[in-house]
Amino acid sequence: MSKTETLVRALVDKHGKSRNSLMPVLQGVVKEERYLSEEAMLEVARELDISAADVFGTASFYTFLDTVPRGSYVIRVCKTIACHMAGKDVVIDALSDMLKIKVGETTVDGKFTLLTANCLGWCHKGPVMLVNDEVFPQITAQKAVEIVEEYARKK
Amino acid sequence: MSNYMVNLKINNIPVSVPEGSTIVQAANKLNFRIPTLCFHPDLSVAGNCRVCVVEITGARALAAACAMPVAEGMEVFTNSAKVRTARKHVIELLLSEHNADCTKCFKNGHCELQELAAEYRVGDHVFLDLVKASDKILDISSPSIQKDNSKCIRCQRCVRTCEELQAVGALAVACKGDHQRITTFMDKSLHNVVCTNCGQCINRCPTGALVERNYMEEVWDHINNPFKHVVVQTAPAVRIGLGEDLGLEPGHRVTGKLVSALKHIGFDSVLDTDFTADLTIMEEGTELLTRLKKAIVDKDETVTLPMTTSCSPGWIKFIEHTFPELLPNVSTCKSPQQMFGALAKTYYAQKKGLDPKNIVSVSIMPCTAKKFEANRPEMRASGYQDVDYVLTTRELAMMIKQAGIEFTKLDDMHYDSIMGEGTGAAVIFGATGGVMEAALRTAYEIVTGREVPFNNLNITPVRGMEGVREATITITGTRPEWSFLEGVEMKVAVAHGLVNAKELMTAVRDQKASYHFIEVMACPGGCLGGGGQPIPTSADIREKRAQAIYAEDEGLPIRKSHENPEVVQIYKDFLGEPLGHRSHALLHTHYKPRKRY
Repeated sequence: MSKTETLVRALVDKHGKSRNSLMPVLQGVVKEERYLSEEAMLEVARELDISAADVFGTASFYTFLDTVPRGSYVIRVCKTIACHMAGKDVVIDALSDMLKIKVGETTVDGKFTLLTANCLGWCHKGPVMLVNDEVFPQITAQKAVEIVEEYARKK
Repeated sequence: MSNYMVNLKINNIPVSVPEGSTIVQAANKLNFRIPTLCFHPDLSVAGNCRVCVVEITGARALAAACAMPVAEGMEVFTNSAKVRTARKHVIELLLSEHNADCTKCFKNGHCELQELAAEYRVGDHVFLDLVKASDKILDISSPSIQKDNSKCIRCQRCVRTCEELQAVGALAVACKGDHQRITTFMDKSLHNVVCTNCGQCINRCPTGALVERNYMEEVWDHINNPFKHVVVQTAPAVRIGLGEDLGLEPGHRVTGKLVSALKHIGFDSVLDTDFTADLTIMEEGTELLTRLKKAIVDKDETVTLPMTTSCSPGWIKFIEHTFPELLPNVSTCKSPQQMFGALAKTYYAQKKGLDPKNIVSVSIMPCTAKKFEANRPEMRASGYQDVDYVLTTRELAMMIKQAGIEFTKLDDMHYDSIMGEGTGAAVIFGATGGVMEAALRTAYEIVTGREVPFNNLNITPVRGMEGVREATITITGTRPEWSFLEGVEMKVAVAHGLVNAKELMTAVRDQKASYHFIEVMACPGGCLGGGGQPIPTSADIREKRAQAIYAEDEGLPIRKSHENPEVVQIYKDFLGEPLGHRSHALLHTHYKPRKRY
């Protein structure tokens, strides 16, 4: 059994085989593997006995359920209006410069992915940045770079 | 539905309908038509297209009449100024995301969106055109179905059809907002996913987003080629469906006119799939009796029972994907279409002194999966592609119109010979339960020497529109060579619509039900409700088509497959005996498991 199969089966054991388990299982896979591979989605479909297209459809609906490979650290900068007015563009440009990737891309070492996100609910403290599950409000270009440098030093 | 009646007013006219009815249903009772797009009588309610909006006194917003249940004292207006403006805007908004390439669209003249646009006289470019260039890339990977996202209005009838009626789930809704689209797993092409090619989605698509791959031009080219001998076969369900596309009411039998029209179009020989349907009964009936003998007399444990039918190519692809472990249960018989194809380029060619390479074999089918079936690598027993082109009932109706034939005024004509003779048993292949009934009529008689013990040969327990039906026939008074079947209770089951087939086969797989013989038809109602039949479809229309099928059966002089004189002849002249060497080579095949996920 592949690593992904083992992971999916463990998640299904934990959450159950009903249709309602689809979301927590998909979230569990993303937490471990950072994205939903074709193999993972097929395995989820098989385990929950639902159609593979249905799993893909659900995954594609949610921005946080990626279906393309992502880096170990997924950076999401809020792109909606409050953060835009608070200067999210400068933050994105700085990160893009530092990581040498454009929005939507992943660094060659597979460590960072740079994405934009819709409203993260921190309008009063924009611009806001998310690294995996960690929130960084009221960032500046410099702060953003420092935070990412901090992550870069991690394993 | 509840017995409790709810009183309301629609356009100031009082009406009383059962509790739980929708506004659309109540309005229908008063003959007020409310337009719908995402609504379909065979499917669950979605309420997403908003074309059916109506005004309810006291309500804050307009309501979707297809989804809104009636309430006591409700006052509904189906045609107020507010409603008309909103509805027109809804249609215009749908059109802003629709590739309105109407004149070149296959659905031109048969499109529900086009009809509404005409009815509401939509403005010219009221909203910006938002059709994405990438959506205009057609998916023509499948030989059966063509998918055009640029014409999709995301009503999701196809998604509901694929899931609710067929339990296939090849199509799903992906993404959201302006990115929302109907797609397959990982946006793969239709040919590479679990799609069974049944075409039920086509029957319900209100636009040209899902249509059959059409081969009319290719067929015209061959008809016009003097060096080609073009033979055509017509499936049982075509003769009771075709009229609907040519100005007749559902349930009209047009067999004689169908033959006339095909001759007018210029086919060299107009033949009948009914002939090979009868042949299928001989082969499949013998196969079943052989399996029973091996199981009961020889105690052969490798024999697989229950045996299932194999006529429906949608069912075959479904079982390949969904129950690959049950493939040994499937009869090895090819479908009547493919038996016909294999014989057209061998037996027919010999008898007529034709070189098979100059024969073009066309079939008219109520089915889109038949297009896929004809292209299967297994279907080249004659040394050529056995069936070259498959046209749906709808495509034939178009060709008849193109040929300038006034269909309703045609005289009735008879099928040509050879391979043009069919019995009533073959005609009922077009209805769910029909293959079962035809097989029982023949098998019972082979075994006992007597006709099936049902009034006028009508085996009513296997008829009807119940999703899964069961019947038991006790065999008594057997002939000596079949004495091992004396007293055996033959248990049979019939399923139509793949959602029902899945339920039945799951029970078989889990050994929760035991049968000897199972008939499965992929489409609701059987072939009469096939993906290639005239649009629209509903339970009521399918019921009328079924009545026509059974009327056609009763009207035929011969109603048992083994009495078909051409079938008797072919065994004498060519095939030898059922399951014989030649039958095996030409009329039987095996299928392979496919990935479900």
